[in-house]
Amino acid sequence: MYGLGVISGLGVTMKNFILPQRQFNIHQYPNRKASPRDLAKLENKNTLYFMLTRPNRTIKSLIGLETIQEKLPQHDRFRGEEFAWYDQRCTGCASCAKYCPLGIIKIVTDTSGANLQEGQSYDIEVFDIDIGRCMFCGLCVEACPYDALHMGSGFEEGKYSRNELVIDVNQLKKAEKKPSTWFRPQLSDRGHDPIGGDQAAWDEVGRHEKPSLGDQEERWAKR
Amino acid sequence: MSLDGLIDFYVMDQFFESIFESLGMGSETAGIAAFLSAGITISFIVINVMILSTAFYTWFERRILGRFQVRRGPNRHGPFGILQPFADVLKLIMKEDTIPDEADKPVMTLAPIALVAPTLLIITVIPLSEDSFLGSLNIGILFIVGVTSVNSIAIFMAGWGSRNKYAVLGSMRGAAMLISYEIPMALGITSVLLLSGSLAMTEIMKSQQIWFIAVMPMGFLVFMAAATAEMSRTPFDQIEAESELGSGYNTEFSGIKFAILFLAEFMAPIVTAAVVTTLFLGGTKGFDPIPGQVWFATKALIVIFVLLWFRATWPRLRVDQIMGFAWKGLFGLGILNIFLVATEVFILSMNDGKITVSDMLIMAGVNWLTTAVTLVTIMHFLGKKKFYRPEPIPSPLANMGIEAD
Repeated sequence: MYGLGVISGLGVTMKNFILPQRQFNIHQYPNRKASPRDLAKLENKNTLYFMLTRPNRTIKSLIGLETIQEKLPQHDRFRGEEFAWYDQRCTGCASCAKYCPLGIIKIVTDTSGANLQEGQSYDIEVFDIDIGRCMFCGLCVEACPYDALHMGSGFEEGKYSRNELVIDVNQLKKAEKKPSTWFRPQLSDRGHDPIGGDQAAWDEVGRHEKPSLGDQEERWAKR
Repeated sequence: MSLDGLIDFYVMDQFFESIFESLGMGSETAGIAAFLSAGITISFIVINVMILSTAFYTWFERRILGRFQVRRGPNRHGPFGILQPFADVLKLIMKEDTIPDEADKPVMTLAPIALVAPTLLIITVIPLSEDSFLGSLNIGILFIVGVTSVNSIAIFMAGWGSRNKYAVLGSMRGAAMLISYEIPMALGITSVLLLSGSLAMTEIMKSQQIWFIAVMPMGFLVFMAAATAEMSRTPFDQIEAESELGSGYNTEFSGIKFAILFLAEFMAPIVTAAVVTTLFLGGTKGFDPIPGQVWFATKALIVIFVLLWFRATWPRLRVDQIMGFAWKGLFGLGILNIFLVATEVFILSMNDGKITVSDMLIMAGVNWLTTAVTLVTIMHFLGKKKFYRPEPIPSPLANMGIEAD
């Protein structure tokens, strides 16, 4: 018999429609009972000030009637929006800009410092990433030879205009340094947790262990 | 004014005429003025009701489709996301209306209007009560067939006007598909006409002592398949095959033009459901005390749900498969159905010259049997046939032997 699959397919979708246990029951933003501290944090206020000025909401939250929507934790290797960039590691080689398939990274280095000491790098004047066009392929992270650029872990960067989606160098410097462990699984081996953990310092995010002082001396001396 | 005559032209005309005559007009002037006022009022009501119901239908479709495919539809605006259409419309109105430099501007501007106007025109001849004035237009069903044909030229206008290769490809496929599927649709309608003996929608509705879906299931199947293709929904959405053509004929449209294109596209299922209800499901027929309009709406909703069910289940067919299905499958079935119905009508009306309920029951028995036998035979022989399936060419990248590190 030909065409029975077409009819049994109708049965599958109808089962999906009728049976409640076939439906997903995971909320992206589940409701969580909120304490006065959480509510005050939402409004960027002191907890005590909030409790004094908003007694009704405080009482509600103490009883357990106030809820806030909380985002679900993502995986460590989630490629998020806020790039973690370490200007201490970056030499301004612009590998990321060359490898970007969309050409949305712009780097301008300061070449005025003519007599750079050994081990120093150029100053970076412009580092623009147009997130509005980014497709989060992560090729820039793969390309970076000095492990200076990492994907972030957040996903709530909604803006009202496309211009605001361009991250400039000051924003990159100020951003939370919580690099996603995508393409850098060594970070999670070393105990870095981008979702719940602390920020990672610039000398912790390399692919390789930081060489000891003796190793460094030996290496530089050989050269 | 009862519920039955609420949006009936004739009742509205009488109402306005009495008002104008009481204002002291001559009877002739009052007649013309009443005719015009009633026309404008009816158009205003019908267009606005259709647009509003289409807006809510988009929400309904996305919710139901989400449930069918085990995901969530729109659920952020209002309870169950019911305010989503307003957010969509607001967003689309605020978007810039871009026209490409190379585009044929008048054609591109006219295309959305040419697409939405026929869909609205069909609604006029749908009878919402047994003594509907516009529904008793004596060429009602011909009007519907004629007006739907404008669709193909409107889609070609949209594709050609926007001067985009994807759009032109989509609209050329669309024109070929829409014209091909008009034939099975007309064949399905013809079998209804043979049995009802009239072209007027009200007469077709009244002649259904037994719903025509029960009398001729094969005609219903042919008509449904052809109608699904006519409004270019999945599995027949060649016109805007997203994975192949970008977005097909509406690639270059944005802003309010895009909104109107999608208004037409989402209005089509509602209109089709209304036509199917009138032709095959007995229209406003039901039992008291529930009024006929409620019956009509319920049946139309069920048809819409079935169309959604098809959309949620079946993937898109290839171009040659679609054309083959029209010419080799539906065309033959439609001809067979017409032949059967015509023979039965000729034999059964030989004695008394009309078709009674008992005649219809005999026809139903014969037709259900033939439909089952035909379909099972076709499916059996297609299952035995060895289809030519080309060997997949292995990708040169498959065995490159990429070494780790």
